[in-house]
Amino acid sequence: MKKITIDPITRLEGHGKIEIFLNNEGEVGNVYFQVPELRGFEKFCEGRPVEELSSIVTKICGVCPGCHHMASGKAIDAVFGIEPTPTAKKIRELFYMAHFVHSHIAHFYALAAPDFVVGPTADPAKRNILGVIEAVGLKVGSEVIKQRRIAQEIQALIGGHQTHVIMNTPGGVKKGITEEERDDIVKKAEGFVEFGKYSMQLFKDVVLGNKLYLDLIMNGPYSLALHSMGLVDDNNHVNFYDGKVRVVDTNGNELYKYPAPEYRDYVEERVEPWSYLKFPYLKKIGWHGFIDGQSSGVYQATPLSRLNAAEGMATPAAQKEYQFMYKTLGGKPVHATMVMHWARLVELIYSAERCLELARDPDITGKELRAPVTGIVGEGVGVVEAQRGTLTHHYWTDDKGIVTKVNLIVGTTNNHAAICMSLKKAAQGLIKKDTPVTEGTLNMIEMAFRAYDPCFSCATHSLPGEMKMVVCVRDSRGNILSTVKRG
Amino acid sequence: MASDSKIAKPKLKLAVYWASSCGGCCVSVLDTHEKLLDIVAAADPVFWPIAMDIKYHDVEAMEDQSIDLTLFNGAVRNSENRHMARVLRDKSKILVAYGACAGMGGIPGLANFFTKEDLFRRVYDDSESTVNPDRIRPMPVSEVPEGTLEIPGFFNRVYALDQVVEVDYYIPGCPPQSERLIEVFTAVVTGANLPPKGSVVGAGEKTNCEDCLRIKSENKKVSRFYRPWEIQEDKKSCFLEQGIICMGPATRSGCGVRCVAGNSPCRGCYGPPSTTDDAGARMMAAISSMIDSDQPETIDEAVSTIADPGGLFYRFSLPASILEKP
Repeated sequence: MKKITIDPITRLEGHGKIEIFLNNEGEVGNVYFQVPELRGFEKFCEGRPVEELSSIVTKICGVCPGCHHMASGKAIDAVFGIEPTPTAKKIRELFYMAHFVHSHIAHFYALAAPDFVVGPTADPAKRNILGVIEAVGLKVGSEVIKQRRIAQEIQALIGGHQTHVIMNTPGGVKKGITEEERDDIVKKAEGFVEFGKYSMQLFKDVVLGNKLYLDLIMNGPYSLALHSMGLVDDNNHVNFYDGKVRVVDTNGNELYKYPAPEYRDYVEERVEPWSYLKFPYLKKIGWHGFIDGQSSGVYQATPLSRLNAAEGMATPAAQKEYQFMYKTLGGKPVHATMVMHWARLVELIYSAERCLELARDPDITGKELRAPVTGIVGEGVGVVEAQRGTLTHHYWTDDKGIVTKVNLIVGTTNNHAAICMSLKKAAQGLIKKDTPVTEGTLNMIEMAFRAYDPCFSCATHSLPGEMKMVVCVRDSRGNILSTVKRG
Repeated sequence: MASDSKIAKPKLKLAVYWASSCGGCCVSVLDTHEKLLDIVAAADPVFWPIAMDIKYHDVEAMEDQSIDLTLFNGAVRNSENRHMARVLRDKSKILVAYGACAGMGGIPGLANFFTKEDLFRRVYDDSESTVNPDRIRPMPVSEVPEGTLEIPGFFNRVYALDQVVEVDYYIPGCPPQSERLIEVFTAVVTGANLPPKGSVVGAGEKTNCEDCLRIKSENKKVSRFYRPWEIQEDKKSCFLEQGIICMGPATRSGCGVRCVAGNSPCRGCYGPPSTTDDAGARMMAAISSMIDSDQPETIDEAVSTIADPGGLFYRFSLPASILEKP
């Protein structure tokens, strides 16, 4: 069988490799998406005092350290059997909303928009953030950079360190928010809400207003019927910081709704010899291979899955957009992978509105920052929605709070099987027998994984630079039969 | 040489590579914000996987010594990391160990308290959510129905960059502060006198305590140490004087003492100060001098109240520490 290798895939966070096998007819036989790295946090966190973990696990990812810090903070609270004070809980969530605003802005404008605003098969030299700015104008471009920077400033202010946040302590936070700081955050959050609405309008004008793109989104080789996972609040509205995990099936019916500590009754992971990353699936359905459909155990945990798994948004403007999206697309659930971009913008508006709501909350400047530790339970689970999927941290300790075991299911890991399947589907739909593989084809295959905003794709792809890629078509001995270059 | 500045210099060629890392070092390069445009004006990035799409074989095809400056971040955890370290050493005039992982092994270096088998067993066999009755492990080479798949081989331990290739300079931090990077970069671009090879650049020479704004008293002694949740710290005086372990005395200055400003004790990501090359040894000395006794038993008793001293003192530097020296 011929093999096409893309190594490393670039412009993303971390390492990855795609292997496309062509059969004797020259059609796509199978696609493997491999993660070539492991660091083993689960093991080397053992022996550490549990309160240290929240500042160790941020180093899992320098792009979404806030997610790990929050999941860890919650797991540590549970190990001590305490709830953070109301003020501390709100400060944590306020930080977290700024983390979402920052990440979702960066992903939409720097990563997703080049494919739509500039075009999926446009000149690759233009298909980047600069091309987007050229198309929408410098004024908008400057606003993008400004809003992202402001979101980062809020994170640095509350989080204590510009990258590896250190704010959480058992039962609360280390630092409060002053009245002046609050006034400043309110103004900034008002700007986020406006910018979120503007971004949605841009998406509607540029993407939905273009028949070609709409067709690509709805009918392109980008749909997988998989179950959807996401955190919901008591009203089954999307929540990033807290709630129960809800899973709906491919028809949108509730399969499970469970408290985070029970995750092991619902999710299992399998190991494949060709990747260091594991493959989670729904335990009660079981693993039936890399297949989609109602009988498959594979699920997705993405912005679109969160919207599918919920019954609405908790803030007004986001709720309006939520309803409009599903009405436009003919109801719930939606399985078109490219709609993840749309869902991400609904979430951007929600995080902006929630950020403003929390900044205005009277409790946010409260002085009760930490609940006292009174004992050690010795086991705790912390779950949040990371931008890239449901994130689970589970710690066990001895009676002194020294870690004895750690189990982690990280955001993007949830989607490992789904990403493999999306890449295969896109490759099968786009690589045709006797038709040359063009640069545009390659980009449209990559659009399949870009939609997931996988954590090895990062919020910082904003550098000018063309997308260069080399694909080698090899025979089974590894001899190169043909090479496609772009960039 | 004074006329040099008047001659238009060719643009520098710059590479940024991540090995076993979290991406935070690459983010710190991007967090130079507007200054990044100055960097790109003075240097052409020729290899930078987070931001651009040059592949491994493109780098392998470059002439030796053709890259002026390489910022190598991340530890060396597997065969691919080591291969790229060797390739980039050959291709680069100046190779910088950028950040705590490349410089000292960093947080991933905590894995050196364990073996590769310990890690694999935990992740792939014993993990509470993992079902793996056949004890499948990721393999460097595996056969699938369609052909052969390869992934890098996982080493038994983590190495700092200078344990696999020669390093010219070190820029410490987890991640390095972006302003420090700009200073070093400006020095390279302008051809300013660079310190001798092997130097730490982009950081101070003294300890973090010298920059710390918390109130220190003279000769304050402690009789035991506390974990942060065991007491209510006062948010203004020296952590150590309150009995909370802070790595300030064993850590090089340069970060701006940000964590302490966030009411969090230092954990030593900038590595040991210039007067020592082992953070743990320096920390033990600092702690001994603080304990309110000269009786060995009392000192031992006070030290025994420190939870996980190995993991704390060598939080970022285990692979480069005296514990790892044969």
